[in-house]
Amino acid sequence: MIRISGLCKAFGSAPVLGGVDAEVAAGKIVALLGASGSGKSTLLRCLNGLETFDAGSLEVAGFSLRPGAHDPRLLQALRAKVGMVFQDFQLFSHLSVLDNVTLAPRVAQGVPRARAEAHARELLAQVGLEGRAHAQPRELSGGQKQRVAIARALAQGVSVLLLDEPTSALDPELREEVREVLRRVARGAEKSASSQISASSQASASPGLTILLVTHEHALANELADEIWTLDAGRIVSVRHTGLSAR
Amino acid sequence: MRAWAIFCLVSWAAAFLSWPKAAHAGSAEPAARGELTWGGDLQGGEPYVYESPTEPGVIIGFEVDIAQALAKELGLRAKFQQNDWSNLIPSLERGDFDIILNGLEDTPARRARLRLSRPYFVYGETLAVRRGTTLQNLNDLAGRRVGTLNQTVAEELLRAHHAEVTLYEGQQEPYLDLAHGRVDAVLLDHVIADRYGCSLPELSCVPRDLARGSYVIGLRPRDTELAERIDRALGTLIERGELRRILEHWKLWDARQEELGARATAATRAPELAVSGAGVKRSLGAGQIALFFQGALLTVLISVCAFGLALPLGVLLAVVRSHAGPAARFVATAYVEVLRGTPVLLQLYVLYYGLSSFVRLGPITAAILGLGLNYAAYEAEVHRGALAALPRGQAEAASALGLSRLQALRHVLLPQSFRIALPALTNDFVALLKDSSLVSVITVVELTKRMTIVAVEARDWVVPGLLCAGLYFAMSFPLSRLSLWLERRYQSA
Repeated sequence: MIRISGLCKAFGSAPVLGGVDAEVAAGKIVALLGASGSGKSTLLRCLNGLETFDAGSLEVAGFSLRPGAHDPRLLQALRAKVGMVFQDFQLFSHLSVLDNVTLAPRVAQGVPRARAEAHARELLAQVGLEGRAHAQPRELSGGQKQRVAIARALAQGVSVLLLDEPTSALDPELREEVREVLRRVARGAEKSASSQISASSQASASPGLTILLVTHEHALANELADEIWTLDAGRIVSVRHTGLSAR
Repeated sequence: MRAWAIFCLVSWAAAFLSWPKAAHAGSAEPAARGELTWGGDLQGGEPYVYESPTEPGVIIGFEVDIAQALAKELGLRAKFQQNDWSNLIPSLERGDFDIILNGLEDTPARRARLRLSRPYFVYGETLAVRRGTTLQNLNDLAGRRVGTLNQTVAEELLRAHHAEVTLYEGQQEPYLDLAHGRVDAVLLDHVIADRYGCSLPELSCVPRDLARGSYVIGLRPRDTELAERIDRALGTLIERGELRRILEHWKLWDARQEELGARATAATRAPELAVSGAGVKRSLGAGQIALFFQGALLTVLISVCAFGLALPLGVLLAVVRSHAGPAARFVATAYVEVLRGTPVLLQLYVLYYGLSSFVRLGPITAAILGLGLNYAAYEAEVHRGALAALPRGQAEAASALGLSRLQALRHVLLPQSFRIALPALTNDFVALLKDSSLVSVITVVELTKRMTIVAVEARDWVVPGLLCAGLYFAMSFPLSRLSLWLERRYQSA
């Protein structure tokens, strides 16, 4: 599902990723730990083309990425299969919760509004916000915003979900609701083709959601991930199997 | 902040200190000052009063020579005072100079308002038409578009003969428009027609005067003594043949001028050019108020259409500047800098007169286009700023969702930046509403132009001014309210 080969990236003369090799099988959940500046977020952002890279290659959700600038159409196709959740939510403030979730399916995929909204309501129910479909983002708490952002990232029936420190912008008391949603999403991923998400999405034949989670929360990583990668100075310095992978 | 405060203080102080320099010439008798100040407009051009093409800063013209001869006769120095032609009379009345000496025609209306001297020049109204057209006399002009200058006898003659009058600010423009077919004929004094119109290859002039009149010197009615001295001095100049020498020098002496002596007594009787309805003026009537509203309507039309052009073009330029490749970005930047860095007045002139041999735009079209293209440069900057003010993550989130750049702009970035830009947009529209008064230079009679016309006719700047200000305010105030309401709606939506 994801294959990373010899990935190198520098910002100017400062190397960020110094030859990363790794693989994630379909349906697996990987947590990326490491100090700030270790390259976790950059690695994640390379996977959906938000960052270009200097050397190596990537295979993500059936798409291949090469060093240097990417073809915009390839990226659009890739991103329809690879969702991303940002640390600071980045909801679109001029759109309601429902419109935030349906925007990409409607605009990028051409899904009719009624169908996109029906699917969005299912996703909102899954993140516990079925009652807030018509709320504006600024009426939501940070935790609720992040739950909307997760629903939005899943709305196109993605097979890969990239989570970039999804809980670190939140007050501690709001983190638990996001963790709970992540657990639910992870369990959905586990259940593979029969999961609610995949079943209701376009990609119902997919073998389940592959998740990469960048986090500082060790407990969350231990609880959710099949594998925990630790990055240091742009390299993966340890890979630990949590035992969850036996499931 | 402090630097700004100092800058403001210094400029106020400078403005205050320079104030006394604009002292009124009328505050003392010419004799006491030793000089005779005469008002005229250099834009009136050759051969009246104009800047010497060979010696910049030196003014020449037959009226300059007459003024000097006259002043010499009175034992004074002549001093020229530049003043916009259409406001010469109000400026004389408020005391900016002693006399008007600038192609001022003898009319009953002026006679009622000013003390007029005996004539110093006799002119004929000359009709210029495009070659091959059959227009010959005033009666042929009914319903035709005819160009002339504002506040002239020609204008009144044309109105009395039911022509559709187009008013110009300069002498050359009406003939250019005639050559390009924007008007059907031009009626102006032979001095202007000979210099600017009849020589154009596309045009021909009817070889007889459609009417005849004279240029006189205008004075404040209370300055009777100065008026008498000027009449006497003019008489002396005529008798001694000095006026003839001046006019011959400027190639203006012709058979018409033989009447000058006969017209010497004209000062006491009504001129033969009396036009019906041109009598002593006039309080602000219902008809004029209707014309005000018409002007206001035109102002709104031009402003709305111009902004309707400026807004999308500005957004396009902003998007190009913030998202496109280097070549397109360069073009957009150049557009913004050139259009913003040059006066809109100049742009209007270029669009209407400068390009008229390539594209012939109607005055209202040119006005909308000129203002719209100019304001687009400002809107481009407003929207560029608003786009830059959006959090970077918004564009990233849109593209991470698989939206193309265009889709991201259309659905995510522009709707948000538009809200940020809204107060600045309203501001610009209100500014445009008032800048639209500039289009009067290309013959559009909008609200401000209407105000100046009425004010000069009615000899009153207060009532027309207040009416004009009231109308502008009535147009701009609801707009600010609308914008505030929109801002609040966006916030609470």
